[in-house]
Amino acid sequence: MSGRGAVGAPLDRVEGHLKVRGAATYANEWPVENPAYLYPLLSTIASGRVTGVDASAATAEPGVLGVLTHLNAPKLAWPNDPEVAALQSGEVAFHGQFVGAVVAESIEIARYAAGLVTLEYEKRPVDVDMRADRDDLLKPQHAAIFGSQPGDLQDGSSADSAVGDFEAGMDSAIHTLDATYSTPIQHHHPLEPHTAIAVWTDDEITLYCSSQGVHLHRTLLANAFGIDASRIRVISPHVGGAFGSKVFPVTWATLAFMGAQLVPGRPVKFALTRQQMFTLVGHRPATIQRIRLGADADGRLVALGHDVVQETARAKQYAEQTVAASRLMYAAPHRRTTTRIATLDLPVPTIMRGPGEATGMFALESAMDEFAVSMGMDPIEFRVLNEPAVHPESGLPFSSRHLVTCLREGSRRFGWEHRAPATPARSENGWLIGTGVASSTYPSPRLPGNTATIRVGADGRHTVRIAAADIGTGTWTTLAQIAAEALDVAVEDVTLQIGDTDHPLASSAGFSSGINCWGTTIHAAAGELRAALNENGGAVPDEGLEVTTDIPDNPYIAQYAMYSFGAQFAEVRVHEDTGEVRVPRLLGVFDVGRVINPKTARSQLLGGMTQGLSMALHEAAAIDPRYGHVVNNDLGGYHFAANADVGSIEVHCLEERDPYVNPMGSKGAGEVCIVGTAAAIANAVCHATGIRVRDLPITLDKLLR
Amino acid sequence: MKPFTYQRAGDMSSAVATVAERPEASFLAGGTNLVDLMKMEVLTPELLVDVRHLVSHQIQDLPGGGLRIGAGVSNSELAADRRVRRGYPMLSQAILAGASYQLRNLATVGGNFLQRTRCMYFRDVTMPCNKREPGTGCSARDGQQRDLAILGASKLCVATHPSDMAVAMAALDAVVHTVGPAGERTVPVNRLYRSPSDGPERDTVLDRGELITAVEIPAAPIAARSRYRKVRDRASYAFALVSVAAAIEVGDGAVSGVRIALGGVAHRPWRATTAERELFGMPATEESFRAAAEAELAAAWPLPGNAFKVPLARNTVVGMLRALTEEAR
Ligand SMILES: Cc1cc2nc3c(=O)[nH]c(=O)nc-3n(C[C@H](O)[C@H](O)[C@H](O)COP(=O)(O)OP(=O)(O)OC[C@H]3O[C@@H](n4cnc5c(N)ncnc54)[C@H](O)[C@@H]3O)c2cc1C
Repeated sequence: MSGRGAVGAPLDRVEGHLKVRGAATYANEWPVENPAYLYPLLSTIASGRVTGVDASAATAEPGVLGVLTHLNAPKLAWPNDPEVAALQSGEVAFHGQFVGAVVAESIEIARYAAGLVTLEYEKRPVDVDMRADRDDLLKPQHAAIFGSQPGDLQDGSSADSAVGDFEAGMDSAIHTLDATYSTPIQHHHPLEPHTAIAVWTDDEITLYCSSQGVHLHRTLLANAFGIDASRIRVISPHVGGAFGSKVFPVTWATLAFMGAQLVPGRPVKFALTRQQMFTLVGHRPATIQRIRLGADADGRLVALGHDVVQETARAKQYAEQTVAASRLMYAAPHRRTTTRIATLDLPVPTIMRGPGEATGMFALESAMDEFAVSMGMDPIEFRVLNEPAVHPESGLPFSSRHLVTCLREGSRRFGWEHRAPATPARSENGWLIGTGVASSTYPSPRLPGNTATIRVGADGRHTVRIAAADIGTGTWTTLAQIAAEALDVAVEDVTLQIGDTDHPLASSAGFSSGINCWGTTIHAAAGELRAALNENGGAVPDEGLEVTTDIPDNPYIAQYAMYSFGAQFAEVRVHEDTGEVRVPRLLGVFDVGRVINPKTARSQLLGGMTQGLSMALHEAAAIDPRYGHVVNNDLGGYHFAANADVGSIEVHCLEERDPYVNPMGSKGAGEVCIVGTAAAIANAVCHATGIRVRDLPITLDKLLR
Repeated sequence: MKPFTYQRAGDMSSAVATVAERPEASFLAGGTNLVDLMKMEVLTPELLVDVRHLVSHQIQDLPGGGLRIGAGVSNSELAADRRVRRGYPMLSQAILAGASYQLRNLATVGGNFLQRTRCMYFRDVTMPCNKREPGTGCSARDGQQRDLAILGASKLCVATHPSDMAVAMAALDAVVHTVGPAGERTVPVNRLYRSPSDGPERDTVLDRGELITAVEIPAAPIAARSRYRKVRDRASYAFALVSVAAAIEVGDGAVSGVRIALGGVAHRPWRATTAERELFGMPATEESFRAAAEAELAAAWPLPGNAFKVPLARNTVVGMLRALTEEAR
């Protein structure tokens, strides 16, 4: 059997039958004997210190096995990272921080007893005032987390950049735009909450948890507890969504470990409630963004400026690449970007699907639309006119860039030529109708720390092992397809093993890098295995054959800028009486290189657009400045798009192959799809109503007349 | 969540006597509101007296027209009843605009009337709240104001009543039937809810241990062409920012009958009596509708964060009356 056609086939998810039968084991469902249960205590102040603990009533409660607070919690070897360490001091840096936990015979007892623990606090004044004119804004120094390069922002890039002379460029412009946009805090709520089962024995510590990267989680916990990583095994074969929230914040796993230490040998189960997730699993930080554009008489950009202020936590600095897309989307000889952070008494932000690009492109792509309209230009033609030949900052050519094709193809499929140039475009039964467009982009980085092992048995079956994650994206299926093609065997002859630290090192699922990194590594291992087989005369020896390979270097990374692109179109209806917004139609055309599996890719792209719609219309934390807490901290109060909010969503991928990103020809697809959606919708709302909403979400009060 | 005892009451009088005597006891029906609040320790009853099987599950025709609805009828059954859909479409629409299928299947008519406010400061036990803990103050008024009341509120409490069903019931002049320690009585829905200035900790005029047994809606030919419109922050599964139950009759171009009630704006379903009075006998025009809505909302006392509800309520009322009159032509 050959592996031709394995990549590109719309295969069903290989684990799909397990999931629909409820037989796929998620972290909290592992059948463990006689578990104990942990329920946490959360701080009820946003800033200050725990000065007193009375756990006597809780401890006396029958069934309570132990109460943990900073007074008796194990001292960690690495206590300083608040996304990993918990209960190391009485300091409180945000409302809803872990300040204790109860371990008990049942979840009911643990929860009840948690309510019996009384804590006294010394309060400090609360500062959650997100303003761009604060006098204590900082230039970020977020240690580069991905990759090895140092940098200011979490993707390793610099906070600021400049090309040419921005102010002079603005002065020389015939047309100018200067507008400020804002995006609120948005919360992570994957279907599966953050959950762990920890078992602590003298030999081994086992952690079943919901993880985007088992090796990273193991490293973080081994460092925190000062134990050898080889003693810890992290298991996470199926993950019910993650979106970035299951990479770095692991205090919940730390608490599960501490609970397990209390009752050695006995499994301890811990699942966060929805309410608790609002402060403990990270969030998309709020931003205030100023965009300045200058153009010549023909609408060619001469200057492009993007200045960002982003909220971060007092407990830990997090700064993301909000300005990143503005550095590469459009040509302009004079440009500048800046990033500053406002340090507030709020929970620690983290990566969330399209971190930086999603919020940054809301601002840039709204501004591009406003500017086009003000100059009397078609928003698509304005973008096409300003398409750069090379990366406008680095000067590198793009490995592949088909943004213009996406815009043109989308325009054709959407019926853009019928668009009314004026506002309101159309009115029907009391609804104003408008359409809008925006571009999308997201990088395709290659991360280190990937190793794959492939073993072929005498029976011809291939076992591929790499500790990759399937967070609902389809990894189980797509990596098998990549292996089958590279090995030239049928997909059925490949057994994939992922989601377990017993398998070789893998980078976490994030940065749209999964297929790129894990797939490239598997591809390299497959090549080695085939070479080894050839040396053996093409036959598999009786004892089988096994190779282990690290991810190869990609020499093209220094030579090309590597990004996915897309164009998104939205039709909206805005009710004339009430300002209610509906989005009956979204259409996206994407340049994500070669599509490994059209079915799982479609799910990714469609899901990202849905999340983008939710970002446009619904999602926002309401923070009370007096107490510093998230007021709408349940899913009744924190709205995301319900089924009824989502209309038709069409997804198309260009049939292109990227020559340089990886041997499969693919680029990242998981995040480009959420980038630009909110701007396309905001632009359509403006087309329908004439009202430009620059502050997300677009709620009806902003459109009422 | 605190431990509690569950008791399936044997008969109505013992259920009433038990809850009347024990301050820590509470009736339980579908549990969709009460159990939620118990999990958050907003309510901490020590004894739950299950009454769901005791109260009627029937919807009966009344002799002179109208319906008698048992307090145990589920929200789903009530919304689906043909007599309701034909004779009182606003009621069916109001119920279907609320919660979800699963919740409506469990939720009862009695429980729906008595569900507590969704004010996030009431639901968070770490926050001061006069409704939850009398005398602690209202933390909502200077907090997040989007969901708060614009009519009838007091400095003590600015929470809204969340029920959709009750808004239609108010417009329909429905009457609640109860049995309490002092015997049976009837209470019009429009007099069921207490003003927050009289002490927001008690939502209704019902006594401790007073059980809702049924609700009666009188005959109302005007209601046969009525509507419910719920405006909210997403297309479904959200509480109302503003909702309107309305019906209108026009004879010779003039308004000869009208019913308007608003939801999401007050501590109770807000029967718009001023607007109704203003409209009666007036030409059925956009101008009259607007003037009437504005007259009703003249008493509004909005906060900065919910001031948009005033034009939103006005526009929604006008839009509803416009649609209903156009439909009748
Ligand atoms: C996620 C969610 C979304 C929702 N969305 C909406 C919405 O959009 N619109 C809306 O209107 N509602 C909504 N609801 C609320 C829902 O309608 C109520 O929870 C439900 O109607 C309550 O009925 P129940 O029978 O479950 O009451 P229970 O929870 O059992 O009881 C509620 C209260 O009524 C008392 N009680 C119950 N029956 C009687 C009786 N016969 N006599 C005296 N006292 C009694 C109980 O003691 C308790 O205090 C939502 C609820 C949830 C959980």
